[in-house]
Amino acid sequence: MAESEQPQKWKIEKGMNGDFIFKGVTVIFAFTILAILLLMVYEMVRESLPSIRKFGWGFITGRDWDAVQGSFASLPYIWGSVVSSILALLLATPLSVGTALFITELAPKKVGGVIASLVELLAAIPSVIYGLWGVLVMAPWLQSTVQPFLIEHLGFLPLFQGAPYGVSMLAAVFILMIMVVPIITSIAKEVLLAVPQSQKEAAIALGATRWEMIRMAVLPYGKSGILGAVILGLGRAIGETMAVTMVIGNTPQISLSLLSPAYTMPSVIANEFAETTSKLHASALMEIGLILLAVTLIINTLARLLLWGVTRKQKGGSAA
Amino acid sequence: MKGIRLRKAKNLMMTILMGAATITVLVPLALIFIHIVRMGLSSITLDFFTQIPKPTGETGGGMANGIAGSALMIGLASAIGLPIGVFGALYLTEYGGSRISNLIRFSADILSGVPSIITGMVAYTLLVVPMKGFSALAGAVALAFIMIPIVLRTTEEQLKMVPGTLREASLALGVPMWRTSLKVTLRSATKGVMTGVLLAIARIAGETAPLLFTALGNQFWSKRLTEPMAALPLQIFNFAIAPYEDWHKLAWAGALVLVVIMFTLSLSARYFGRSRQGS
Repeated sequence: MAESEQPQKWKIEKGMNGDFIFKGVTVIFAFTILAILLLMVYEMVRESLPSIRKFGWGFITGRDWDAVQGSFASLPYIWGSVVSSILALLLATPLSVGTALFITELAPKKVGGVIASLVELLAAIPSVIYGLWGVLVMAPWLQSTVQPFLIEHLGFLPLFQGAPYGVSMLAAVFILMIMVVPIITSIAKEVLLAVPQSQKEAAIALGATRWEMIRMAVLPYGKSGILGAVILGLGRAIGETMAVTMVIGNTPQISLSLLSPAYTMPSVIANEFAETTSKLHASALMEIGLILLAVTLIINTLARLLLWGVTRKQKGGSAA
Repeated sequence: MKGIRLRKAKNLMMTILMGAATITVLVPLALIFIHIVRMGLSSITLDFFTQIPKPTGETGGGMANGIAGSALMIGLASAIGLPIGVFGALYLTEYGGSRISNLIRFSADILSGVPSIITGMVAYTLLVVPMKGFSALAGAVALAFIMIPIVLRTTEEQLKMVPGTLREASLALGVPMWRTSLKVTLRSATKGVMTGVLLAIARIAGETAPLLFTALGNQFWSKRLTEPMAALPLQIFNFAIAPYEDWHKLAWAGALVLVVIMFTLSLSARYFGRSRQGS
């Protein structure tokens, strides 16, 4: 007996050794993710330093971008990014929430399921393909049909002045809207599905119409989650590179007109970073990247906190 | 009841609005999809899969080097990203204390929200600058940065669904923790993990921005991983913004191929997801 226990014990110890190594490996890989994030921030800050030192706050408030003179400031790019993303979100939000409500509350289960999978499939189409369609199909259509119409009928507004170029802020807003709608819709759908059935039934039992049920029971419950979905969409829109670069016209100017070409932060990086003329030029682009990173980090943190709140509430609800 | 008519009218109006929103969402998406299929089918030839791009001015040519380059870089990115994602997820479900796990989860969520062009810039400073040249390797690393958080989060979701009793049964039989994790926990979640991996691959297969200044693109075949390498999405981008009708056709053909690849990956991901639920 004593002899047969000996190898048994040895085996267990060997197993413990394996456990130690295994745990070590998983710990290292798990912390690699944290390390990558920190490394990204560190690299972006380090590479931006020459530009930050040289231009200070003027980098954000100035308009001059001249690689030959070596003077760089980024306001036109920030303007382009902010305006295009926010307008796209303004258009996309009601559409997405309406669609999500249609899928979860109105459509028969099967129809809703089909629409939901279609939307999810379309969210998977890469941005370069949206850009291809945008530059070869949508922009010419805007130039020949939509923009002349806007100039003729709404041309008295500063928003719609100038010549119809096709590639423009308007084109970027449209393409961004088309791209973020599937993202917001699918997250908002998840949020709405988490609304407890009892809340809806209570509203119906009190004699509410379907819309009143949505307004009184569904939307208040899903409010923060939907906000999270919209903010997540904003993060995507601000960081979106390829499709916007292909349709916005890449002209660094601040214009109120939606018909004039503009430029965004990711676009200028995409167009110039591979062929920088000087160290300072590269550093200025890095600083634009750093601003972009900072903005998306804040946006995503906010969105995650809102969405985590919803899922936690959901878990608490099912446990109670 | 007073106002019931008004309330019903309002209900009807909002119902119509929600339906209209759904149609407004689906129509442009359907238009894009139909257009890609139509233009792609009319432009695609056998040459597309066997030839490399012809010099400016000559007609014909294909994107064979781009397809091969994309496949190679995706493979390399997976080789880097999958172990990190899967083992990281194992840490979260099998070991991690709640605070550390939340920190890792949070970093993964934040990382997946970082614009892909930034991952390209970081890969540039980490690899292209020290190695003094654009390379396929740098492209693969940039893609891996994007892949890791997706794999981690989906794998974690799947591992969480493995019942604790299964682990306990294995541990009670004297199987060490590491074997239990790999052979019992991970194994019973294989199909779900595959779903996440396929979705992650689908995501990076279409990424263009992180490759712009890492892999850079190449008109010809690349012989080494330390050389600039062509990629399908990069070629679609370059050909789409070029002013030649012939190149636009190649871009449409490329878009169709890319969309077919994406949809195949998404659908097989769904298949894996569904058959796991069924069993």
